[in-house]
Amino acid sequence: MLDHFGYVVTVLLMVAGLFIVIARGNLIKKLIGLSIFQTSVYLLYIVPGKLIGGTAPILSPQFSVYSNPLPHVLILTAIVVGVATLALGLALAVRIREAYDSIEEDEILMRDQIANSNEGMNA
Amino acid sequence: MSIAAHLPALQVVLPLISAPLAVLLRRRDLAFWMVTAAAWAAFATAIQLWLQVGASGTISYHIGSWPPPWGIEYRVDRLSSFVLLLVSGMAAVMLPYARTSIEREIPEESHYLFYAMFGLCLAGLLGITITGDAFNIFVFLEISSLATYVLIALGRDRRALTAAYQYLIMGSIGATFIVIGIGFLYLTTGTLNLADMAGRLRGVESSRPVLAALAFLTVGISLKLALFPLHQWLPNAYTYAPSPVTAFLAATATKVSVYVLIRFYFSVFGESLVYEHLPLPQIMLGLSLLAMFGASFIAIFQDNLKRLFAYSSVGQIGYISLGLSFDSVHGLTASIVHLFNHGIAKGAIFLLIGGIAVGIATPGAVAPAPTFDRLAGLAKRMPLTCFGIVLGGLSLIGVPGTAGFISKWYLILAALEQGQFWLVGAILLSSLLAVAYVWRFVEVAYFRAPPAGHVARKEAPLAMLIPAWLLIAATIWFGLDTSVTVDTALDAARQLMGKAQ
Repeated sequence: MLDHFGYVVTVLLMVAGLFIVIARGNLIKKLIGLSIFQTSVYLLYIVPGKLIGGTAPILSPQFSVYSNPLPHVLILTAIVVGVATLALGLALAVRIREAYDSIEEDEILMRDQIANSNEGMNA
Repeated sequence: MSIAAHLPALQVVLPLISAPLAVLLRRRDLAFWMVTAAAWAAFATAIQLWLQVGASGTISYHIGSWPPPWGIEYRVDRLSSFVLLLVSGMAAVMLPYARTSIEREIPEESHYLFYAMFGLCLAGLLGITITGDAFNIFVFLEISSLATYVLIALGRDRRALTAAYQYLIMGSIGATFIVIGIGFLYLTTGTLNLADMAGRLRGVESSRPVLAALAFLTVGISLKLALFPLHQWLPNAYTYAPSPVTAFLAATATKVSVYVLIRFYFSVFGESLVYEHLPLPQIMLGLSLLAMFGASFIAIFQDNLKRLFAYSSVGQIGYISLGLSFDSVHGLTASIVHLFNHGIAKGAIFLLIGGIAVGIATPGAVAPAPTFDRLAGLAKRMPLTCFGIVLGGLSLIGVPGTAGFISKWYLILAALEQGQFWLVGAILLSSLLAVAYVWRFVEVAYFRAPPAGHVARKEAPLAMLIPAWLLIAATIWFGLDTSVTVDTALDAARQLMGKAQ
């Protein structure tokens, strides 16, 4: 169990994040869940790449244990993507709040249904 | 080195650079010409690459001259050159349409942003198709997806915002599933280059991380390509997005996702792993049938023309995934051909629907949703537009002489090869559902009396009609002359299946 501590944390975060996205109706909370879900993936890549006591891959007789730098670089990109997604999601939430006056999914759906039925009556 | 040697890089770089330039230029016309020029250049590049691959085989381009597997490789084979052709061709045709169309759909001060997002979306889709690096696929996927969310949110209706939000959540979950899958593959093989990965996977094929990677990738990509139970984001997104966006997404975005699925199944995992160790073909077959019948059935009862054809898209994707479930050269050929043919036909239909929205609008006001009660007797007012939709609809049904027939022909051929005669019946039966929803449009547009006072003939502007009819003509052309589509697809399918053996 302790050997796989990193993986256990990863999976817990992954499942918790996905659960929040599915179970919560508040648009902001959904985005928080999505961020947690995406963050867990950062761990999935970085944890196996790090060796305890390992150093950066510098060619030198003093060092013999290296950590793999590639996962870190990949995740740097993934973090940028995550930030962009979160920013866009929040921007959409602001616009939705302006248009619907609510950020609760069920209220938004209800307002859409009312709008739809009005549309049908006018026609 | 000459420019010709760098075509694979230019394919992505040109649209990618055009996007920030469009933002910097700010002027609407300059931004339009910037992005359109890039799209046309990308189309020319794609044609050149397609010819080159056809003549001399797969092209491998090393970014920054770092040889693979260390550096990032761009790899153009028969399949990717074909998809590049579709994506860049669609962008080249739709951008001139968009210029006229968005005048009525998007506030003028954000036109330059529309073009910038379109350029980014195009660059992302082309990047996914051309790259030979697993992580690169994810990055380009997110570039195109983020641009897509913005494009959808540009729709006038406030429901466009919720549709974009919903797509953002589902799309990000899908993309994250894809990164998890790629992560497992990377942890197992220690490489991100797809070709290298495929070689190193031999021998550890049925280990648990590899199977988990396959599962995560399948679910993640299926979300992106709107396979039947994972399609909930699609109808709203297509209905409320501005019409050029709907057309471009319907023609390219889901198709590129299909390409990614084919790439992972056949070039990375290999068919033996996908089709023998897991019940994937059975699951795929079941879901495809559900899509073909379920989604097409739902489509019949839609009152909004855009939503009707959005559900039809989900159904048509069922035919594409059905071809994948056969695990045969003809099945794969059917998938690849249908990916192309359906992209063109559906793109044309959505472009024409955009024309209808303009045609039924009262001058000066914003265009209303194209619901059936507004379309009565439309064929008298917009004969060319309506006839175009009917021709596109015939291709969705699969009538001989249209492109849709060719794809269904190969699907049926693949089913017969495996002796599954009931599937032939299922394919024909589901086509009848397509007849039903196309007929609903025909009935309303051709046989209902137009409302009084609305008889003056008023087509959509020529700038919108010409691109749409170009695609309709292509639908007919590829239904009669299959040398481009079927030959390329057959070659691509053989290449993919041969590699795995």
